[in-house]
Amino acid sequence: MRHILLIAAAVLATNVYAETPRDFLTRFEKEAGAPASAERGARFFTTKQGGEWSCASCHTEKPTQPGRHARTDKAITPLAPAANAERFTDAAKVDKWFRRNCNDTLNRVCSPQEKADVMAWLLALK
Amino acid sequence: MKLRIALPVLLAALALPALADNYSLPKNAAFEEECTSCHIAYPPQMLDAHSWLHMMNGLATHFGTDASIDDKRRAAIADFLAQNSGGRKTGRTVDARGNPLLRITETARFEKKHRKVDAATWKRASIKSPANCGACHTQAAAGDYSERSITIPK
Ligand code: HEC
Ligand code: HEC
Ligand code: HEC
Repeated sequence: MRHILLIAAAVLATNVYAETPRDFLTRFEKEAGAPASAERGARFFTTKQGGEWSCASCHTEKPTQPGRHARTDKAITPLAPAANAERFTDAAKVDKWFRRNCNDTLNRVCSPQEKADVMAWLLALK
Repeated sequence: MKLRIALPVLLAALALPALADNYSLPKNAAFEEECTSCHIAYPPQMLDAHSWLHMMNGLATHFGTDASIDDKRRAAIADFLAQNSGGRKTGRTVDARGNPLLRITETARFEKKHRKVDAATWKRASIKSPANCGACHTQAAAGDYSERSITIPK
């Protein structure tokens, strides 16, 4: 019985903390301590930063459209929330992919400001 | 009455050996989530346990990409891969210096099965890399590598 209660509590907790794309913009802006710029986000996303790839190499320059992995060719569903309701709803997933993809494109993690800018641009896409 | 139930079961049993060459994928949620986002699910049966272990210990630099995951997941997937790995079937799984091979496409078994595919074919824009199994094996994502589902793209 106690176990069932614990599971029920865990399920409820997950639901309460399920995130929306806007929550990420709020969080990254707070971490950056400055407002985001969608225009800066667009530039960051679509230009190479010294590495072999830009974000657009896999997610395209219009992330409301599906992309393709630049190395393996595997199809990638759209990244912009307006085109894909599953995006930016799970903090662990979002953090994991920002870590990996920033590393692949910049050889370092993205700053909170860069993440806030990308979020603002992705949210503005219709 | 009994026969009607027994017959399909018998037929299914007979069909099993024919399917054995197909690398059906054992169900595993962590493997599916973490190892199929950048490419198809490579069958665990196609490398030996030693190779998988090495791969799982180097995910931060995985064939030129960062595929790192948290330690708990990593250990669980490493166990799953080891348990379902291929034994002798994979052929040579170490390189000339004795290091474990990390690519299925470098194993002796892969080379043997693809002897008839020439170098120019591998490089076609529609194929890109031998690792892109799905370009020719149309049902690769489901672990089906049988000859009847092969179409080599132009
Ligand atoms: C080499 C290819 C590649 C590049 C370059 C790349 N990504 Fe990705 N990205 C992926 C793949 C693959 C996934 C996971 C597959 C999926 O979820 O459809 C992903 C997922 C994501 C996610 C997860 C979103 C969610 O909630 O589902 C975010 C965020 C993301 N990428 C942002 C970026 C940013 C920002 C850049 C540039 C710094 C970038 N990506 C560059 C391939 C790439
Ligand atoms: C972030 C993207 C990404 C993730 C996540 C990822 N891989 Fe890969 N993997 C790659 C790339 C890129 C290659 C190289 C493909 C090529 O050479 O065409 C590759 C290649 C491979 C190969 C070698 C294919 C060959 O040539 O025989 C194996 C095996 C493999 N991955 C297994 C895994 C396993 C197991 C996992 C889960 C723990 C995983 N991958 C997760 C990107 C990824
Ligand atoms: C250029 C197209 C192409 C690509 C890419 C390719 N294969 Fe194949 N594969 C073939 C062909 C053609 C055959 C059949 C060869 C023959 O019958 O002589 C074959 C045969 C096989 C067989 C034997 C099937 C049987 O019934 O005996 C296996 C297993 C296999 N491939 C696995 C793979 C894996 C795993 C990958 C990716 C890592 C891959 N292949 C990539 C073309 C390809």
